[in-house]
Amino acid sequence: MAGPFEKLKQSLARTRVGLLGKISQVITRRKIDDDLLDDIEEILIEADVGVAATTRLIDFLREQASQEKLTDVNDIFGLLKEEITEILSRGDAPIFSEDDKTPVVWLIVGVNGVGKTTTIGKLATNFSARGKMVIIAACDTFRAAAIDQVAIWAERSNVEIVKSQTGSDPAAVAYDAAKASLARGADLLLVDTAGRLHTKSNLMEELKKIKRVIGKALPDAPIYSKLIIDGSTGQNAISQVKVFTEAVGCDGIIVTKLDGTAKGGIIIGVAEELGVPVDFVGLGEGIDDLQRFDAGEFTEALFE
Amino acid sequence: MFGQLSDRLEQAFKKLRGKGVLTEKNIRDSMREVRQALLEADVNYKVAKRFVAAVQEKAIGVEVLKSIDPGQQVVKVVHDELVELLGSKAEPLIPPDKSPTIYMVCGLQGSGKTTLVGKLALQNKRKNKKPLVVAADIYRPAAVKQLKVLADSIEVEHFYLDDKKPPEICAEAVKHAQKNFFDLVIFDTAGRLHIDDELMVELEDIKQKVQPHEILLVADAMTGQDAVNVSKEFHERLGLTGVVLSKLDGDARGGAALSIREVTGCPIKLASIGEKLSDLEAFHPDRMASRILGMGDIVSLVEKAEETVDLEKAARMQEKLLKAKFDFEDFLEQMGQLKKMGPLESLVGMIPGVGKALKNIQLDERQMERMVAIIKSMTIEERRNPNIIDGSRKKRIARGSGNSVQSVNQLLKQFFAMQKMFGNIGKMKLKGLPAGMNPFKL
Repeated sequence: MAGPFEKLKQSLARTRVGLLGKISQVITRRKIDDDLLDDIEEILIEADVGVAATTRLIDFLREQASQEKLTDVNDIFGLLKEEITEILSRGDAPIFSEDDKTPVVWLIVGVNGVGKTTTIGKLATNFSARGKMVIIAACDTFRAAAIDQVAIWAERSNVEIVKSQTGSDPAAVAYDAAKASLARGADLLLVDTAGRLHTKSNLMEELKKIKRVIGKALPDAPIYSKLIIDGSTGQNAISQVKVFTEAVGCDGIIVTKLDGTAKGGIIIGVAEELGVPVDFVGLGEGIDDLQRFDAGEFTEALFE
Repeated sequence: MFGQLSDRLEQAFKKLRGKGVLTEKNIRDSMREVRQALLEADVNYKVAKRFVAAVQEKAIGVEVLKSIDPGQQVVKVVHDELVELLGSKAEPLIPPDKSPTIYMVCGLQGSGKTTLVGKLALQNKRKNKKPLVVAADIYRPAAVKQLKVLADSIEVEHFYLDDKKPPEICAEAVKHAQKNFFDLVIFDTAGRLHIDDELMVELEDIKQKVQPHEILLVADAMTGQDAVNVSKEFHERLGLTGVVLSKLDGDARGGAALSIREVTGCPIKLASIGEKLSDLEAFHPDRMASRILGMGDIVSLVEKAEETVDLEKAARMQEKLLKAKFDFEDFLEQMGQLKKMGPLESLVGMIPGVGKALKNIQLDERQMERMVAIIKSMTIEERRNPNIIDGSRKKRIARGSGNSVQSVNQLLKQFFAMQKMFGNIGKMKLKGLPAGMNPFKL
């Protein structure tokens, strides 16, 4: 069987051809000068790394180049890779802690259309395949047919689901699901929430309430908020991370849709500015297309 | 929506404003700010570069040096250039007057296609047209049902065939529509990556089979640099007739709009704002450019107000706002009107200059209630002349409304800030902006 990162490498091949192809082109035939740094800047910006993070990276490269009297452009490239890996590793944390009491709750949140429900389907399948007892709480009671969608995923992955009617109170569903997961001795409760723009304060309040209510039903359970970010999102991701963190905290990010041409460079910007760890990356619509994120591997795949 | 970009440009031009003469150097400096702002707004790197080069060329030269207020002149050049890039005028969808007219809605996963289909159906139903919505997403779990539920909720007919591929479903749907006198057929296609050849071929098949009148790409306003690749690929393969920007009600700066427009040359025809099926607006490049420049979108605001607010009152209010003569009584009335107009965030974003002046003021509904309570605890005299509110009056008002003195102070501070801000807009108007950018020209 192919290694766990084969798929990631394949998917990122496009990114790599773009990013690394350009970097290599830039690097193999050049001296270290402002033009070179300008080209690197363009490559990073076009990968959605963002102005602030790019500027810091470029400044860092410029400083190192003059300090260490670097003349080989390959050294510059190596430095860039190291630095990005370092930034991406800052928030690296284990997904499960040994001391966690079960059930562990994952509150899956994010703006509209990022792939929350699909991600839940994949998570449920993966954890259930590893012998964990998973329960899904269908708390997107707003969007038409969202409950049916997550119910289909529950059936496919053979896990239990707690649901109610469209239009019902999502916090009430969360409460029932929390109680159910306790009663049935579940290991993991995956809470699917409705997509909401982080600028809508009433919807963010609703999210806080869902978390509060779960906390009441399961006073000892660790509740982790996992923010789903669409891999093609630009600089707005920073704002999303900030506001969702303020509302319900953010214990990990899952970046979806990285199988397209979007570079997902915003992860670097987010990690640099906010230090939130990336837990998983989504690489397609298949049930196995969700992979554990590893900063080193990710950067390698990106720059190989 | 373009709030932060406006702030950046405002800052860039502040630097220009103080200078008596415009030199090449200080234009270049402010253009650097413009470029940075565009990049932070997710405008594609190359698009931003071209834009800045074009503006710079126009700004350095006769037209600027001749002008009395060089800063404003540059604002105008940037504004005009932005309008040009966004498309110079609003372009509506082809109206459903054939039998039937066909719209095909496509885009990446999660961009907001199904919601848009619902909105288009509702909008046309309200115009007494007979729309048919077609479920051509046979892949995502419950996608067919999602469209069905939406269609049922607005009492529009829904078309779907089990065991058929999307191109056949669409072809059959058109036949069904012809037989049953539908005016409009809307295809809700599956979300797909632009590099997914198999699924892109499927769209090409649909296009070939039924020749839709409109092929619309739904693009998420939060998209980053990749907007260029996505829209280019969809356009090359399908020949898009228009773009719909979705999720504009968030705080994304929406630079993708500029990129997509520049790369495809397709008009952005609609703005899909919000999850309610009634939240669909025409996309107005000129207003959007004004908005980008921090001049706000007062035309949309007034239009929205006209739908819900007493016209006479609105006109009176506008006059008062401009003269900075409005007091707490107007404020109170205004809040009542505002409530009728919908979510506050979207309204506030439309007011010129507000981005900056009210940045730190959170306007949520509950806080509004509190504000109303405080104002209602003021005497008529205090409402008309807030300057007389001293320490002991503040205490009384706080007690009367069940708030703290701090809350009263905060409200007063906000009120004075608003008054000042509107005063500035009034002055701006009096000074006479170039005709094309006068935000109050209706």
